[in-house]
Amino acid sequence: MPQTTLAGGFADPPQDAAQAFRGIMQAMARPGRIETVGGVRPPAPLSVAAATLLLTLCDPDTGLYLAGACDTPAVRDWITFHTGAPFVAPADATFALGAWHDIDLSVLPIGTPEYPDRSATVIVEVPNLTHGGAKLRGPGIKDIAMLNLPDLPALQQNAALFPLGLDFFFTSGADLAALPRSTKVT
Amino acid sequence: MDGSSDPNAPRKAWLSLLARSAPADVARLWEAAGLAPAHDVLRAPEIGAVMVRGRAGAVGAPFNLGEMTVTRTTVALTGGIVGHGYVQGRDKAHATHAALIDALMQTDAAAGIESAILAPLRDAANTRRDARAKRAAATKVDFFTVARGED
Repeated sequence: MPQTTLAGGFADPPQDAAQAFRGIMQAMARPGRIETVGGVRPPAPLSVAAATLLLTLCDPDTGLYLAGACDTPAVRDWITFHTGAPFVAPADATFALGAWHDIDLSVLPIGTPEYPDRSATVIVEVPNLTHGGAKLRGPGIKDIAMLNLPDLPALQQNAALFPLGLDFFFTSGADLAALPRSTKVT
Repeated sequence: MDGSSDPNAPRKAWLSLLARSAPADVARLWEAAGLAPAHDVLRAPEIGAVMVRGRAGAVGAPFNLGEMTVTRTTVALTGGIVGHGYVQGRDKAHATHAALIDALMQTDAAAGIESAILAPLRDAANTRRDARAKRAAATKVDFFTVARGED
């Protein structure tokens, strides 16, 4: 087994994961804000930010769905070694990871009226993140925030489902931004 | 499951032996063997708890027996061979020794490790088990019915 499949986790897991969690929380609390996270060296094609999210948030209780090009044996081995998260079908996923066009949002769980938290968090790998394009309004945003989003109608549809719906992270390199279901996009 | 058809059976056997052996025995034999392979630590030794599960009579419904403390670590030799160490208790050096032995057992050094470290550990484990069995056997009660001659 080549060493690269397993190397590249957090060097000091408690401290690195806490710092990464802080960045992830800030991004989710302030939609549209771009945070830089790191500390891991994932196998291709995972981005550093997406891998940091997985190592920080996934454990054996969170089912993970890998879509499209992300679903390689090297990625699966690496995630299993570092998190123990099981790989599941999209309908059972707690986290879904992939490029925007590889993920079918309609089959991911959006929660139930009694338990809206039983929904999936989608990690979308995008080519770049900039403060431009779509306008974001809602909790955590003072007036208006800007973020380049891949597909406006689908995200507007998701926001209309509130309190149900999906939460999104967008990752590119070491940068990540978040779009919770409570944010209105135009 | 048929143990003889499992390709991982030998590895399971030595990992099981290392997990159950006394940390002091493993450390002593490791020092005596004089091995110091260059390696990277993929997962630093960490202490946690695992749920031990059992089945009544080995065929009943599974139940949770209780939690036990384990220490685990993972190392990679310079050649890229990965060794895992999962041992009972909270001795981090024990886990590191187990991981290094697991990695070396997948290399050409296997025969040397087998005779210098694993064989003595296996003897110690057998001695421990026999002593325990003997102690238990002394308390065994044989029930039998004496013919009472009522006819």
